[in-house]
Amino acid sequence: MKFGVLRFPGSCDEVDALRAAARVGDAELIWHGERDLKGADAIVVPGGFSYGDYLRAGAIARFAPAMESVISFARDGGLVLGICNGFQVLCEARLLPGALLVNANRRFTFRQLELEVVNARTPFTRACVAGERLSIPAKHSWGRYYADERTLAAMDDAGQLVLRYAPGENFNGSLHDIAGVCNERGNVFGLMPHPEHAVDELTGGSADGLKLFESIRLAVEGARG
Amino acid sequence: MTPTAPPTVEDALALGLTAAEYELVCERQGAPPNVLELAMYSLLWSEHCAYKHSKKLLRTLPTEGPHVVMGPGENAGAVDVGSDLACAFKVESHNHPSAVEPFQGAATGVGGILRDIFAIGARPIAVLDSLRFGEPLGQGATRTRYLLDGAVAGIGHYGNSIGVPTVGGEVYFEGPYEHNCLVNAMALGLAERERLVRSAAAGEGNVLVLFGAATGRDGIGGASVLASAELTDGGGEDGAGLDSKRPTVQVGDPFEEKKLLECSLELLARELLVSLQDLGAAGLTSAAAEMASKGEVGIEIDVARVPLREPGMEPFEVMVSESQERMLCVVEPANVEDVLALCEKWEVGGAVIGTVTDSGLVRVRDGERLVGEMPVRALVDDCPLYDLQPRKPDAPIYPPPAPSSALSAGASASETLLALLASPNLASRRPLFEQYDAIVQSRTVRRPEQADAAVLALPDGGALAVSIDCNGRRVAADPYTGTVAAVLECAANLACVGAQALGTTNNLNFGNPEKPHIAWQLTESVRGLGDACRALDAPIVGGNVSLYNEGATGPIYPTPVIGMVGRLPDARRAGRLGFARAGDRIALVGPFAPSLDAGELAKLLGHSLPDGLAAIDVVAVADAQDAVREAVRAGRLSSAHDVAEGGLAVALAECCLAGGLGAEVELGEGTVAGATVDLFGEGAGGFLVSGDADAVGELGESAALIGLGTVGGEVLRIATPGAGEILSVTLAELGHASAALGLLFG
Repeated sequence: MKFGVLRFPGSCDEVDALRAAARVGDAELIWHGERDLKGADAIVVPGGFSYGDYLRAGAIARFAPAMESVISFARDGGLVLGICNGFQVLCEARLLPGALLVNANRRFTFRQLELEVVNARTPFTRACVAGERLSIPAKHSWGRYYADERTLAAMDDAGQLVLRYAPGENFNGSLHDIAGVCNERGNVFGLMPHPEHAVDELTGGSADGLKLFESIRLAVEGARG
Repeated sequence: MTPTAPPTVEDALALGLTAAEYELVCERQGAPPNVLELAMYSLLWSEHCAYKHSKKLLRTLPTEGPHVVMGPGENAGAVDVGSDLACAFKVESHNHPSAVEPFQGAATGVGGILRDIFAIGARPIAVLDSLRFGEPLGQGATRTRYLLDGAVAGIGHYGNSIGVPTVGGEVYFEGPYEHNCLVNAMALGLAERERLVRSAAAGEGNVLVLFGAATGRDGIGGASVLASAELTDGGGEDGAGLDSKRPTVQVGDPFEEKKLLECSLELLARELLVSLQDLGAAGLTSAAAEMASKGEVGIEIDVARVPLREPGMEPFEVMVSESQERMLCVVEPANVEDVLALCEKWEVGGAVIGTVTDSGLVRVRDGERLVGEMPVRALVDDCPLYDLQPRKPDAPIYPPPAPSSALSAGASASETLLALLASPNLASRRPLFEQYDAIVQSRTVRRPEQADAAVLALPDGGALAVSIDCNGRRVAADPYTGTVAAVLECAANLACVGAQALGTTNNLNFGNPEKPHIAWQLTESVRGLGDACRALDAPIVGGNVSLYNEGATGPIYPTPVIGMVGRLPDARRAGRLGFARAGDRIALVGPFAPSLDAGELAKLLGHSLPDGLAAIDVVAVADAQDAVREAVRAGRLSSAHDVAEGGLAVALAECCLAGGLGAEVELGEGTVAGATVDLFGEGAGGFLVSGDADAVGELGESAALIGLGTVGGEVLRIATPGAGEILSVTLAELGHASAALGLLFG
């Protein structure tokens, strides 16, 4: 299978995402100005500061030519993973519900975190089991997940709350400790922590993040039968 | 000075030149300089650009060695790290801008040092910072917290946004830095060794392309007015009078720099450039003159072709602006179109602004009009160098610190340890380093507080280790020995992760060198720096000098910040500082001779600085470092940590906290020089290691080693044969004390 990793001028973690994806499949960078997704089976919208994020995180990136293609790709059921700034971009693009607000501690914060897998039946978590703990770092200023209570209740019912911060780990103040959510259809997933930075014990503090990439591979290859 | 009136000697004095220097400028020019020429001379002949009070001293430093690929004089130095790769690195200061506007001052400090790294063709892979502020508690705390908060946020803002991890650093709080804080930033980059570029302009008829941000009126006079004079504020409370200097501080835009970085590296990868230079202090003036000087050519610039941020800028303003995120390159005419196209791809402005000539002149035009003409040699090489007039002061320069209220008279050893751990200089730096992305680029093998040095994986399975350090209080007590100690401390940090130094960078932060006592500090410190680097085979490959760090309340502690880069053969065996396994033996290794002089406990007790420190046996310390390094490389030890501020007890507490394990320690008869000195005395050459009995025993065959006890439990307990238990503190108590800095970021 092949991952396409978007690259904006202010992307920071795109090479890390590319390398992480390349551990489970083929992977290629896609320049923000291009519309061609190069035959990718899954798209990663990586972390960073897309266009500097001076207006609002992800607010400009959603209008990039590549994002227009990603939006159509997602509407057709293609798998899209948004990490950190990528999660913000997917929310801005309305591919995911809710929004990311400034951290409760009002500071950029980097920490290795424990996450809990809430829903292991999504294409992004099927290599995990429900209740499993993943050790994955987070680093952001705008990571407080917010949606209105009715939306949250509906998301909960539909299994869209995919990852949660383990007790005591929610430094950004996300509602209901939400760390990662998917859309109703289950083919678009965003999370604030960085699974691409947890693919190697040597540099990632764990290799737990690899399970998300592995899940995508399983989903793509399973769909092909 | 108005742009139209012909300048006078008074104008020259206002720009920081002396009357004699002005005379010399007139002589070299053959006539009094015009406004633009005077502005350019005043910058290039400033302390910041010309190193006129330090250059003679710097020439005494060792700069050559088997690993050196690029030495001082280029934008950054570089060392060979194996597998045809070179590591470029350098430290630079942004002290006065940060004292005036901490967020932007620190942010642009990071931006500037990163540009130095990619200007020589290396991709930046890490940032470290070295910070000094006044006391965060008590008198002056308001200003200290404002500066600390702003500087940390500024460093994070820039590094986090540009995708370069901040992997380490240090911060000290001492009264003498209250008015004049220090913000030094160090960056490392990686490049294929053969692809490093130099900045010398070459090739008559080649084209100068300025790319990056547009040029505005920010940072005018930064190098001369702000960086090369004492920091006087006209007497405002909390430095409020410094507000008048705000316009000399630049404003940073990390997104612009991210694009500039990628654009520069792609231009180099496609071999479109003859040479490349970043624009830092003194902007276009310095970049153009340096490139021309190194290439022994001339340069002609048309300021009318420089993209401006605002209309109506005078030619001299264009030439001296310190607007950030700009680079200047030399391009063969045939490649200009490709260069500009690549600039467009990365959405950075690119403009042809001049040509390389054979005239030996820097010629500035405004369209058709010639507005300035100066011999390159006069600008760059003819600034007079001054001999220092060092004299050791007869009386102490620095007042004794106020005694800490955290330490009551007759405090027990346990209480003393907790007070030390909670003191601003020793408490955990977590509230600071959590504001930095330490892992982007997926190279970080050891994060802050995991080991004594940051460790970054290399593609060949080895790793780089890097440390930055300086205890200014020790240097104040004894400039020679204190500086030797700072160099040894850096090397010790590297040894604890298994790395051997390849090269050193330094930032000499001192007061006004025209004063004999500061000249003495500087002279002695540089002598110590040279001796220590020679002894360790860790040559100086680059650095920076920041003088005039003093205000109305006196000079800073002399602070020669040392940055050292080393290599270890196997990233997987990088050492850790935390105890790892219950039952492991603990031992003290090396020629450790503790003393309370100039230590953290002495500070808490309000002791004056001693006049001189005990001499250090550098060879013996280096031997101990060799032994520890080899043991770590062999993968035999569970932990290795050097004994630094706060002495053995604090080092033990740090090992306990990092590993989440307690320890049972007995200080043997041989170590008893009084329990307080044994527990809290400081000195070079002490290492705390843990491992199984065989591993520790083996290390004892190659170095002086004293068995101290065993890892385990949830309490740090220390006993002596005579007195029995003298210290007992739980992990929870240690953790609580060590978290004290969090209160500053409430």
